[in-house]
Amino acid sequence: MTSAVLQVSDLRVTYYTDSGRTRAVDGVNLTLYAGERLGLVGESGCGKSTMALALMRMIKPPGRIESGSAIVGDETDNVDMLKLNEEQVLQARLSRIAYIPQGAMNSLNPVMRIGVQMIDAIQAHRPKATKTEMREQAEAALESVELKRGVFHMYAHELSGGMKQRVCIAIGILLSPKVIIADEPTSALDVVVQRQVMETICKVQEKIGATVILIGHDMGLMCQITNRVAVMYAGKLVELSTVREMFTNPMHPYAKALIASLPNLDNKGVFRGIPGLAPSLLKLPSGCVFHPRCQYAMDVCKTTMPQQSVTKSGRYVYCHLYDKDGNQVSGTPLIKPEAVTN
Amino acid sequence: MLSASRENLTVRLGYILRRFLFLVFVMWTAATVLFLIPRMSRVNPIRERFNALARSTGYAPKDLESIIASYELKFGLDKPLPQQYVDYMASVLRGDLGVSLMSYPKPVAELIGEALPWTIGLLGVTTVLTFLIGTVIGALAGWPRSPKWIKGMVPPLMILAAIPPVILALLLVYFIGFRLKLLPMGGAFSAGLTKEFSLPFILDVLSHAILPAFSLILGSAGFWALGMRGMGITIQGEDYVNFAEHKGLKPGRIFYWYYVRNAILPQVTSLALAFGGIISAGVLVESVYGFPGIGSTLSAAILANDYFVIYGIGYITVVAVAVSMLVVDLLYPLLDPRIRYDRK
Ligand SMILES: Nc1ncnc2c1ncn2[C@@H]1O[C@H](COP(=O)(O)OP(=O)(O)OP(=O)(O)O)[C@@H](O)[C@H]1O
Ligand code: SF4
Ligand SMILES: [Mg+2]
Repeated sequence: MTSAVLQVSDLRVTYYTDSGRTRAVDGVNLTLYAGERLGLVGESGCGKSTMALALMRMIKPPGRIESGSAIVGDETDNVDMLKLNEEQVLQARLSRIAYIPQGAMNSLNPVMRIGVQMIDAIQAHRPKATKTEMREQAEAALESVELKRGVFHMYAHELSGGMKQRVCIAIGILLSPKVIIADEPTSALDVVVQRQVMETICKVQEKIGATVILIGHDMGLMCQITNRVAVMYAGKLVELSTVREMFTNPMHPYAKALIASLPNLDNKGVFRGIPGLAPSLLKLPSGCVFHPRCQYAMDVCKTTMPQQSVTKSGRYVYCHLYDKDGNQVSGTPLIKPEAVTN
Repeated sequence: MLSASRENLTVRLGYILRRFLFLVFVMWTAATVLFLIPRMSRVNPIRERFNALARSTGYAPKDLESIIASYELKFGLDKPLPQQYVDYMASVLRGDLGVSLMSYPKPVAELIGEALPWTIGLLGVTTVLTFLIGTVIGALAGWPRSPKWIKGMVPPLMILAAIPPVILALLLVYFIGFRLKLLPMGGAFSAGLTKEFSLPFILDVLSHAILPAFSLILGSAGFWALGMRGMGITIQGEDYVNFAEHKGLKPGRIFYWYYVRNAILPQVTSLALAFGGIISAGVLVESVYGFPGIGSTLSAAILANDYFVIYGIGYITVVAVAVSMLVVDLLYPLLDPRIRYDRK
């Protein structure tokens, strides 16, 4: 049995802006196991990056982590990212949990050679390492993301977008962290390079036995690569299932609508969206945040927040259609993915 | 590898050569313009000089026209224009910028040569100091982790920068020089001392330089601080600074290598321009303190209608700007690898 390497519970992050409080991450629970790949999907602005940044303890004002814990590591060696002091957080970043940023195009310092930026990172965590050791480690990391060792001597402007993305991945894996978060690692790349970069991430992850959280909008690409998918809506993780379960039998009405909106050969040419707009995080609907757009909404949904249901197979869902063991409450409409019933 | 670096070297040498030729071109253009202006304008510098003399002394030579004619003969102004141009260029190449009318027959080049070290000493040093002080304060003020009091330093500096340096100079002379008598009120060294390389003389020169230096530093540190802070705030939001934090780097490391190193790039260009402009920048402040630099020489020349000195100073100002630009163009690729020698 593989062990848990990331346990997030009741994570809450709020941005205090002039126009009000934005609950960008609202009570997220999540457990990930070694070697696992999780896809985190959801509409723009639903809080995916904020959640990742909170795990790195990189939320800056006006944002604040309100509560929660994020335990990184196995039973024998773990830390709670949200309880470490500042010095310890610096040490934990990259060595225990790494974040590959959303904007890889601009994530490399234009005036420093790639190699220097890599050695920088190693040195911050292993001050005793010698120059040759560090250089060997950096070049090996470049090789493992299928870049030439010579990239070590280059500057960011001499690299293509895909190469820059790979360099960021190489930096992310330098210290073999247990958890790697890749935030939309491919959104600025063309489809072919996207695929290559994704495959690189997977290969590297298998090599160092980490767990990966892939953040993205592209359900299609995501599902070919990940084991499980988490769907986020307005700061809440509304469903977490294996890819197969998510596609054949989504439980949450929003997840179902997302799957149904994916193009496939049967509904070619028919564009299906989700009716209504994502709510403003400043003024969330009462009860279940999805109720104004949910075709299954009941009276209870308008007033009461749904509780977490956990099925026998370990799926999570937050919806009044299910009891706490994830069984459908009798008398409620059955949910099946449209694409399959059609 | 070797051939690549050799290729690199040729590219670099080619670039340096091209930039150097450009400098020569700028100097030639400036010299030509300075040749043309007096010859195109109706104003006759020599006549003007004598008229000014007549106005101030009440003495008007009777045979003014013949005096002027003899001067023109002496300066070769009776020759055909192309011949004048060739002679003029030849003399500029020799470093001969003509003679001063005000302190005839002293050559303009000698006059400038005496004043220039003082200006470079005062304005060169204060420009560097101002740049360093302003840039450091600006960098710290734009850095989110800095204490509040550093951020609070920028507004007062801006207010000081809004006051013209002359006013600042007058205030300092009045309060510190005249009222408190803490420092000498003007000049470059005390009367009675001989110019020599000795400790007492150097200390004397320094004590005379403090007030003018202060007026210049206080008057412009705010601009440097504001520029650096603005750039710093932009850089501090850049993805690469964020990524550096994700790597777990210590704040000090990020501050210098990721933040300052990038934010300082535009400041360096401004520094080169400021160096080029030190001659004009010092005019008023030097005059207030009676400091024997180029600025004082220039204002004296303007008052005395000493056109040849004015042209000479104009010429070296252009050269100073062009040389500083050359230096910055040669150094910039070392600071920013995105700028390359083989591109325009
Ligand atoms: N620095 C900030 N200040 C104020 N509000 C913020 C800030 N960063 C994010 N937010 C708010 O938090 C919410 C979540 O933002 P986040 O960047 O986490 O979304 P996301 O899911 O990553 O979106 P995308 O898919 O577009 O990257 C947004 O509604 C946004 O308005
Ligand atoms: S709780 Fe109600 S409104 Fe919310 S998704 Fe479930 S059925 Fe729809
Ligand atoms: Mg995001």
